[in-house]
Amino acid sequence: MVWLAPILAVLLTMAVGAAVFSLLGYDGIEAAREIFVEPLIDVGGWQDLGVKAAPLIMIAVGLSIGFRAGVWNIGAEGQYILGGLAGTAVALATWHLSGGVWVLPAMCLAGIVGGAAWAAIPAFLKTRFNVNEILSSLMLTYVAVQLLYYLMNGPWKDPEGFNFPQTRLFNDFQMLPYFSGVGYLNVPLSFVIALGVWFVMAKTLFGYQVRVVGQAPLAARYGGFSSRRTVWLTLLAGAGLAGLAGIFEAAGPFGQMVPQFPTGYGFTAIIVAFLGRLHPLGIVLAGIILAVTYVGGESAQASLGLPASATGVFQAMMLFFLLATDILVAYRIRLGGRAGAVS
Amino acid sequence: MMSQAVTISILMTIVGAATPLLLAALGELVAEKSGVLNLGVEGMMLIGAVTAFAVTKTTGLPLAGLVAAMAAATAASMIFGYLTLTLASNQVATGLALTIFGIGLSSMIGEGFVGVTIAPLGPVFPAALAQNPLLRLVFGHSILDYVSIAATIGVAWFLARTRAGLVLRAVGENDQSAHSIGYSVIAVRYAAVAFGGAMAGLGGAYYSMVQTPMWAEELTAGRGWIALALVVFAAWRPWRLLAGAYLFGAVMTFELQAKAAGLTAVPPEFLAALPYLATILVLALISSRRSVGAAAPACLGHPFKPTA
Repeated sequence: MVWLAPILAVLLTMAVGAAVFSLLGYDGIEAAREIFVEPLIDVGGWQDLGVKAAPLIMIAVGLSIGFRAGVWNIGAEGQYILGGLAGTAVALATWHLSGGVWVLPAMCLAGIVGGAAWAAIPAFLKTRFNVNEILSSLMLTYVAVQLLYYLMNGPWKDPEGFNFPQTRLFNDFQMLPYFSGVGYLNVPLSFVIALGVWFVMAKTLFGYQVRVVGQAPLAARYGGFSSRRTVWLTLLAGAGLAGLAGIFEAAGPFGQMVPQFPTGYGFTAIIVAFLGRLHPLGIVLAGIILAVTYVGGESAQASLGLPASATGVFQAMMLFFLLATDILVAYRIRLGGRAGAVS
Repeated sequence: MMSQAVTISILMTIVGAATPLLLAALGELVAEKSGVLNLGVEGMMLIGAVTAFAVTKTTGLPLAGLVAAMAAATAASMIFGYLTLTLASNQVATGLALTIFGIGLSSMIGEGFVGVTIAPLGPVFPAALAQNPLLRLVFGHSILDYVSIAATIGVAWFLARTRAGLVLRAVGENDQSAHSIGYSVIAVRYAAVAFGGAMAGLGGAYYSMVQTPMWAEELTAGRGWIALALVVFAAWRPWRLLAGAYLFGAVMTFELQAKAAGLTAVPPEFLAALPYLATILVLALISSRRSVGAAAPACLGHPFKPTA
């Protein structure tokens, strides 16, 4: 039953989406097919799916750690930006070098630290001043965007870039390895990371602690699990992954830092985390589904004239339907009895 | 020394920045007082903003635009209401879904309206009344600015002095007790969420009809989240909300004022980030006080499942 809700949610989104877009005067059924089915059938386009799915999976897996503990970090977009910026700082500092195998790992490490540092602020505010992490992490996303704009317009602007607000292109030794037919290294790595997080959450004391703090806070306190420590660890771990996803994008598909760097992955990852039932392996599937809607949405834009924002509407609808069908998991349907009776 | 005219115009822009925050935050305050945490304010504001613009542009009737904005945002809030109240879904996740939905839906509706302008919703009183700069400060605002003040008085009165307000607070403080003495917890919360939607719709409409009479994607730029923070800042009290909205209005206009004053030493991006930094700072100052935890409605964010 646990996995029925996400499947139902996807099917309902397709059906209702098709109906709504038909009413709006588009070919609704064709749109639903184009968005949800076509990218899966088109084997040649699978590489595009990986490009979109990798950052979503990495960020969502990180978020799921916190969500399981009842720590609502919704500022992953900001942590993703800061990770990208921190890694870019290393890239720019090493730009004049002729090479070095240590440069790329250093960039990635900086990405993790950058993302985690950005989340250390809500973690500190939460544990020290009891500030709601939902609001603080989200506010910091807007600050991160402004920091990005500042760096692009000023200090980090490419001196040979005709005054465009963007950095130099990264050198080859600063780029993620690229495998033809697969994509950049972050695609296979995102699956490995999801597997790693699954192991940590299912098989280690830390994972157990996180789950207990989220499901039974009183029992956790009785058992001596510190909720402060959980807030810190879950926020830093999640944000570290978001930051790593950030530098992977900069050193992969972007190849430099640009003002268009924030693409909303940090927000879409929230949908991915829930659709994947906060389970790392479920998140891998959910990340692929959301990637399908991105790729399919783009092609439906070209072929059917669907507006670009339709993808976002479909994605949000999916989360709505998931939350609605969740009731099937929590409750049993009884015909003839009192509706909504507690099982 | 600033001239009087400059001071007045600064004060006018502060009112303009404060009003939409106040409108949206008042609605959220009522919803939270009934025990419902709706994180969809930003999404509902965007739906209100785009609806107001589209309807005003199409019909030429600003009033129709305002009514439609309230109706559309209320309808959006009912999706949230159905999921969280009837189906008892997680309020945090559902609110986030509503915001993501609002961002997508508003940019879809608004696609054909980008770059189009409408006549802004001007001052409600005749210009003759607002000749003198000081009088302009009193009589020179749009109808929504006055509505926001009236709504503050109304909400304060409703919550503190009416029977219905008492029931609403009871539902937010202890839903099981309210339920057991015969009040419909779910119905009260539906009403509170609907009010929150309508007010967020008005707040959003302010951006597209008064402040910048045009539509752009994500026009509200996170103001809905600041409205949510304001409710915490105000410790769920309407009068403190009024003060908070104007305080934040002042911080938000720093950017404009600094530009007007020719202040170039500070990067504009820093000034643009200032309202968000100020929100974090204020939350830190406010939240550390013990009284805030006590001020929050006891049932805030918890789904209601009758035990009997």
